[in-house]
Amino acid sequence: MNSIQLIYLVPLLPLIGFLINGLARNNLSKSAVSIIGSGVILGSFIISILIFSEVSHKDFSAHTISYFDFINVGKIKVDFAFQIDQLSSLFLLIITGVGFLIHVYSSSYMHEEDTKDFARYFSYLNLFVFSMLLLVLGANYVIMFIGWEGVGLCSYLLIGYWFRNTDYNNAAKKAFIMNRIGDLGFLLAIFWMINTFGTVSFHDLFNTNNGIISSISATNSPTLVGITLLLFVGAMGKSAQIPLYTWLPDAMAGPTPVSALIHAATMVTAGIYMIARSNLMYTLAPTTMTVVAIIGLSTAILGATIALKQNDIKKVLAYSTVSQLGYMFLGLGVGAYTGAVFHVMTHAFFKALLFLGAGSVIHAMGGEQDIRKMGGLGKHMRITYLTFFVGCIAIAGIPPFSGFFSKDEILAGAFAQNPVLYVIGLAGALLTAFYMFRLLATTFIGKFRGSEEQLQHVHESSSAITIPLIALAFLSVSGGLVGIPEYMIPGSHRLQEFLNPIFAQSNGILPKHEISHHTEYLLTGVSTILILITSIWAWRKYKNYQTETSYKSGFGKVLANKWYVDELYDALIVNPLKFFSRFLNNIIERSGIDGIVNSVGRGINYSSRQIRLLQSGQVGTYILMMVAGMVILFIIQLFAK
Amino acid sequence: MLGNYFTFPELLLWCPLITGIIAFFIKESKNVKAWALFSSLVTLLISCISLYYADNAKYFLYNYVAYVWLPFIGSSFAVGLDGMGHLLTFLTAFSFPLIFAATYKNDYKKANAFYGLMLLSQAGLMGVFVAIDALVFYFFWELALIPVYFLCSKWGGEKRIQATFKFFIYTFVSSLLMLTGILYIYLKTAPIATSEHSFSLQSFYTSVIDSGDQSWLFWLFFIAFAVKMPVFPFHTWQPDTYEQSPAPATMLLSGIMVKMGVFAVIRWVLPVLPLGVIKFDNIVIGLSVTGMIYASCIAMVQNDLKRLVAYSSIAHIGLMCAAIFSQNTTGLQGVMIQMLNHGVNIIGLWIVVDIIEKHTGIRKLSELGGLASHTPLLAIFFVIIALANIALPLTNAFVGEFAMFTGLYQYNPWYAAFAGLSIILAAVYTLNMIQKVFYGSDNIYTKVISQVSAKQKIVLTIIVVFIFVAGVYPKPVFNLTAETVTAVLSRLKN
Amino acid sequence: MEIKWYIFLSVALFCIGIIGALTRRNAIIVFMCIELMLNSVNLLLVAFSKMHMSGIAGRYPGLATDAQIFVFFIMVVAAAEVSVGLAIIVMMYRNTHSVDINFLNRLKN
Repeated sequence: MNSIQLIYLVPLLPLIGFLINGLARNNLSKSAVSIIGSGVILGSFIISILIFSEVSHKDFSAHTISYFDFINVGKIKVDFAFQIDQLSSLFLLIITGVGFLIHVYSSSYMHEEDTKDFARYFSYLNLFVFSMLLLVLGANYVIMFIGWEGVGLCSYLLIGYWFRNTDYNNAAKKAFIMNRIGDLGFLLAIFWMINTFGTVSFHDLFNTNNGIISSISATNSPTLVGITLLLFVGAMGKSAQIPLYTWLPDAMAGPTPVSALIHAATMVTAGIYMIARSNLMYTLAPTTMTVVAIIGLSTAILGATIALKQNDIKKVLAYSTVSQLGYMFLGLGVGAYTGAVFHVMTHAFFKALLFLGAGSVIHAMGGEQDIRKMGGLGKHMRITYLTFFVGCIAIAGIPPFSGFFSKDEILAGAFAQNPVLYVIGLAGALLTAFYMFRLLATTFIGKFRGSEEQLQHVHESSSAITIPLIALAFLSVSGGLVGIPEYMIPGSHRLQEFLNPIFAQSNGILPKHEISHHTEYLLTGVSTILILITSIWAWRKYKNYQTETSYKSGFGKVLANKWYVDELYDALIVNPLKFFSRFLNNIIERSGIDGIVNSVGRGINYSSRQIRLLQSGQVGTYILMMVAGMVILFIIQLFAK
Repeated sequence: MLGNYFTFPELLLWCPLITGIIAFFIKESKNVKAWALFSSLVTLLISCISLYYADNAKYFLYNYVAYVWLPFIGSSFAVGLDGMGHLLTFLTAFSFPLIFAATYKNDYKKANAFYGLMLLSQAGLMGVFVAIDALVFYFFWELALIPVYFLCSKWGGEKRIQATFKFFIYTFVSSLLMLTGILYIYLKTAPIATSEHSFSLQSFYTSVIDSGDQSWLFWLFFIAFAVKMPVFPFHTWQPDTYEQSPAPATMLLSGIMVKMGVFAVIRWVLPVLPLGVIKFDNIVIGLSVTGMIYASCIAMVQNDLKRLVAYSSIAHIGLMCAAIFSQNTTGLQGVMIQMLNHGVNIIGLWIVVDIIEKHTGIRKLSELGGLASHTPLLAIFFVIIALANIALPLTNAFVGEFAMFTGLYQYNPWYAAFAGLSIILAAVYTLNMIQKVFYGSDNIYTKVISQVSAKQKIVLTIIVVFIFVAGVYPKPVFNLTAETVTAVLSRLKN
Repeated sequence: MEIKWYIFLSVALFCIGIIGALTRRNAIIVFMCIELMLNSVNLLLVAFSKMHMSGIAGRYPGLATDAQIFVFFIMVVAAAEVSVGLAIIVMMYRNTHSVDINFLNRLKN
């Protein structure tokens, strides 16, 4: 049997898991919940592997499997259809694979929750995987949008999982609203596409034979630039780019596995997936490409600078995620699509690993997240320490760990485009190496700075936590080997080969910047040496981290306060909007419109009261008035004409 | 046999009318509740059967009938069901059992009068949706409204008299405007000297009205219907009335009665006054879009649960109005499906609001909180319905709003972009509401909340199931109304 | 007799009626004055009828007497009115022991 036909099971299984865990949450035991919750994802993972093996055949061509008419009215023709090709099958693997590990991890990490909440957690997590799979599998932008909003919703639910805490709720709300701002851009892009192209299906737009976009030869047409920019707004929201990135660090309010799954490995990469999916449109709109590259690079630097001064273990990782996502957009912006997707993959491995490691630490520390109160944990938690160390090396980009290959590919693309981009990108990479090793050293090396009680409690986590860590560490080490660059071993960039059908059209259009192998070796060598130096410097500096540094003034304070961006948004958008709404409510609505309506009523009331005085009760007066009336009528009758 | 002896529109009309009158004579409060629920279920059954016979090409005789009524002035008792009629009679028939079942626990003084009036109002609504004669339409329009005045003024909250008065003035003035308009068009319905004036929809369509007359007639009709919908700036009766009315009346008003306005614009304004529509569509869409943003902003700062829902409803109706006047298939089909979806969703919201108010006695957002710890089930229902209300994909409202926005975009991208801001604002106030009511820590008021009753559970489950089914597979609804939309638009294009 | 004398007479009667109704406070006298006005109008109606219709009486016999029948109607209605009015005055006297119209002005507040 052709495993492609089983594709509907991939999202369906998590949905079933969600329904079972959600509906029967009062009746299931914790182990049943975790078995169902993880089992369905494992099922999806196995099917994904089958599909992936099918897709990786040489003669495979993209499939669109349509199930039923979703919205088919007027100009809108949207099928409920799935797209199976190299890109989606790769993402299926990442989502279900990493997703499965994190489900397993969660079953131990969340074990202290009430059974009901435990089931709620797993059902949300399953729902998230379902939405994410829908996003990746959708064969048109509308189905993609369903998943797109769906993951936003799950992110909201999971950030606010501990709903009794108002701060967490605020963080959840912020995430959802920021995402919605992006979603509006996405929606407008969809409307635009429906109205100009009459379709939103990937096949109709991008297929090589008669795709609508494929047949456009002019670059930078206003329509394409507009659509791509609006789509990018959507990506900004979901993938936490400037100016819509502030929700992601706040989203760390959620349980740590959630941060690993949603806010590091999968959901936040949706924007990259979407742009990679529409790569042809972007290639035809170089203006947008430039915007994407600049925003990506700025975000990469901004995130990295803020991460330097954060003291919350999860916040450091969150800003690191923002920064890494920026790199991915840089890759997209310079046309290194494969590099961006490659980085999505490796980032999913090492960032999930780092978050899960952080979770293990937080678990051991009894909920403490401040790295100033940690230190020396390496002795007590060997596996966590070692795997975290692997993650650090991978993210810093030290060969031959996975991060090195993917980041190197993006930076090489940037260099080909413009050496300035490369230099700034490299600076960001150095910052990354610095803050990661600062984090590593402060947390695991040196003296323990927490309370005695915490020290007693510190222990290595259970195997349900460590096994996913080890698996991810293995992937972080070896994941990069699927994309060894051409100049090192020719013909060994298997990922590029694999994804070639997706990006072939774009690559045909993009201007070719050939860099000689010599230059590439030089660049790699320089960057590796610099990164190594920075890492060691950070390691030495923070190895014996002792004193509490507080940032009273200067640049450090600005960084510690995240460049005051949240305050800026409050002052520029949130408060004026609130003020405006109050103004509308109190002035326009109450006094204005309602005022008019009420004053009409009051006017009638008042004049009636005045006229009432004529009814004096004196019969004589009435008769007099009657007579006067008659006389007036007479006069009118006689003289008016 | 069906078409010869009785037709669906009549059945839908007489069933609530007769049972409603009977309800007045049932003394026992318990019995009258059961009677009302039974009656509404029968109506629902009829409506469901009628949907099976919705195809007018085959079953025309089942769906249209005309009796001699006032022949000397050219009016006949003509009723009929097209796709839109089927849709809205179904909404009416579907909503009433939900309303009755969800508020089954509430006790009202003089229950017989209360339920009698509710059923009479249902009869009026049915009449409005099936009427194809202007006079019949006007008659039922008033019949639907009058019971609501009594429902609000006798069973409402503290400031009920004031609110009802405002509601009455608004709707009464607007009805008079409409009557003037109807009479004027009636006088224009005899294009040839030998033909006679008539109130029938068909002759309204064929009436000859020049562009100048259409301009002012358009406003007469539009204001009448805009008040009902309500569209900014004719909306201020709505929050007050929703706040003060008894829960079933609020559900009735917001779930079905606002659809009267939308329906009437599509049936009586677009095809009858096409020149007026084309002339003023920009202004109307401008008003609607402004209203959407305006109402969303105000909803953000409301502290009263009921008023918040009321303003959110105004924002959603604004989109419907804008989509109607964008005059294309996509937008109009979106409005069609959204009428059904919004009706069901908002009734769901009111049911939850009513449960909260009945149990805790408060509606202030600032005083509520932490309900999710005590009634997780209610929280789940509320979150689903509220998210459906802000058009999350795979819920029913997404389909409608998506189509409406696409239609609006087709008309003018800037309107769509501006109106799109309300998507964000809707998320803001809805999440705020969810957070303030259900999340956070509880207090002495919110601790007393008990479990949801079995009937309410069933009702809310039905609504939630409906939300997802219509959200995933909206095709049947689109098919149902396709014919009406084509007919209306073909009148506009000429 | 010329029509003008009838007119003078009825105007005079009407004025007496008005002045009486305006100036007197006794309910019975006011009532009588109202009747006086009514009858002055009746008189005028009959007089005009006689004047206008004498010429056409031969051709339209029915029409000539219309106004006079009309007057009878008025008189019948007036009689009914008198009975009601007097009854009210009697009730008023029973309640207040007075027939002064200004005494009953409690409607004012």
